[in-house]
Amino acid sequence: MIDEVEKMARMLDTEGESRKQKDVYETQAVFVFRRFLHHRLAVAGGIVVILLLVLAIFAHVLAPMDPLSLDTSRRFIVPFSDRSFILGTDEMGRDVLSRLLHGGRISLIVGIAAMIATVFTGSIIGLVSGFYGGKIDNILMRFTDTMLCFPQVFLLLVLAAFITPTVVTIALIIGLTSWMEVARIIRSQILSLKEQDFVQAAFALGASDRRIMFKELLPNSMAPVLVSATLNVANAVLMESYISFLGYGIQPPLASWGNMLTNAQAYFDLSPWLAIIPGLMITLTVMSFNFLGDGLRDALDPRLRM
Amino acid sequence: MFNYVVRRLLQAIPLLIGVSIIGFALMHLAPGGPLAVYTLNPTITAQDIERIKAVFGLDQPIHIQYLKWAYGMFTGNWGFTFFGGRPVRDVILERMAATFLLMGSAMSLAVLMGMFIGILGAVKRYSVFDYLATTGAMVALSFPTFWFGLMTIFIFAVKLGILPSGGMYTLGGEADILDRLYHLILPTVVLSLVLVAQWSRYTRSSFLEVIHQDYMRTARSKGLPRGKILLHHAFPNAIAPLIALAGIQLPWLFSGALVTETIFSWPGMGRLFVDSLTVKEYPILMGMIMVTAFAVILGNLLADVANALIDPRIRLE
Repeated sequence: MIDEVEKMARMLDTEGESRKQKDVYETQAVFVFRRFLHHRLAVAGGIVVILLLVLAIFAHVLAPMDPLSLDTSRRFIVPFSDRSFILGTDEMGRDVLSRLLHGGRISLIVGIAAMIATVFTGSIIGLVSGFYGGKIDNILMRFTDTMLCFPQVFLLLVLAAFITPTVVTIALIIGLTSWMEVARIIRSQILSLKEQDFVQAAFALGASDRRIMFKELLPNSMAPVLVSATLNVANAVLMESYISFLGYGIQPPLASWGNMLTNAQAYFDLSPWLAIIPGLMITLTVMSFNFLGDGLRDALDPRLRM
Repeated sequence: MFNYVVRRLLQAIPLLIGVSIIGFALMHLAPGGPLAVYTLNPTITAQDIERIKAVFGLDQPIHIQYLKWAYGMFTGNWGFTFFGGRPVRDVILERMAATFLLMGSAMSLAVLMGMFIGILGAVKRYSVFDYLATTGAMVALSFPTFWFGLMTIFIFAVKLGILPSGGMYTLGGEADILDRLYHLILPTVVLSLVLVAQWSRYTRSSFLEVIHQDYMRTARSKGLPRGKILLHHAFPNAIAPLIALAGIQLPWLFSGALVTETIFSWPGMGRLFVDSLTVKEYPILMGMIMVTAFAVILGNLLADVANALIDPRIRLE
């Protein structure tokens, strides 16, 4: 019965009227996608992201060598000079291309896992805070404000020193220090959604709190969450590179773009490429996710609904 | 005005308490607890550790421990370092000046350049400059600060040799102000990159909002010169949200400073943090986390007060 009332409330949604022209009904997903395609940079970012994901997933197939195998007789080979080491070798004689591919897989896994942790934590906190309001809201938002006072890198380094740094634990601590924005975004979405008719209808029909939260409020807050999630992956990849660079993230010999740069400063004379290449990949990845997120934000912006 | 300041101060108190609780919890999360470092000494027995616990008051109920520790924090007693037994406060304060110099320069550069680019972009919307600036800002935001630092060191210090690759002054030389400025250039530029990008974006959007207001149209139709319109009418109205931005950027400024100091061997708090991490010098780590959190709270407070000074509407909220 709740679904029927929901259907009726949605039918009264006049904003979607203009999209239903001459029996051709355009779903919101297609509408947003078309708007998204107008942003060329965002589309480029999306394509690069997909490319990077493919490279990461098939790293073990594409990498010419084992990223951990070293040959100290062939160190610091310049990129593009040797057939078997396309991007050269690092200070231990390991193939840079293989390490780049495998490192990319690790960095992206950490980024995406951290994003999931962030979105999960932030959603729960924002949902509970926005829905219940009052004292709970007050306490949770104070907690959020408090967490925002700590510089993220400081917190991450201290937490990383406490734990054994594996892919999972690093992703977890990055996720646990980045959820504040998501919580705020979801909370403000919930606060505005709470007053809408279909939610009030669900309340009146006696729907349980949990049902309203997860079936009415959360699905309709997905748009800003999607934007935030994308931008979050960018930030997570960046954070992972920071702490891995400082030596407290992914531990060598396991490769990650960050820890490939740890000793790069010492080898500027011998091979500046060791510093240039991994950093370029980090920048490219973060840039693509940022452009993608920006494009999504513009495409999903309700104020521009035609 | 006074009421507003008092209100803001009262609002800051729960934040300070919350920050101290989290800091205290962090300290006790350390594996091995606060006395972990003593277990490194093979001659210390379990009995000795119990006695040390009693001496430091670590056998008391946890809320008493917290209250004593928090009291110490707020009165300047931040404990003593594990290795060397120096007061943590002195160790941190020694390094504070260097970090604040770096942060201050970076913030100033970011505000000046960012606002300039942002205002220009807003006034000449959709121009080539605007498009380049907007895209450039997005790109700049994606650079890992430490990698940008490495690249600038490589280009300007290693290859071109025109700027120093690190340190605050030339070792063995007279550390006069010119030499110090010379060493300040690269770290400041590197740290400010992301900030410039953020400032330019926010300034641009803030100015765009202001420019389309009715009072701007009135000013234009009155025949006022463009410069005066921008300075006298647009700027004060656009600046309010930007002051809030300065407060929000503070945590990031500390994070960025940490990485920048590591790359440029800058003798500041960030480097102290990394060095302390290596030897697990928890008193310093905790002291620094608390100091930075306090600084952020203070910074936000000052930003809000500045905002209230400029914008009377905020005072009356």
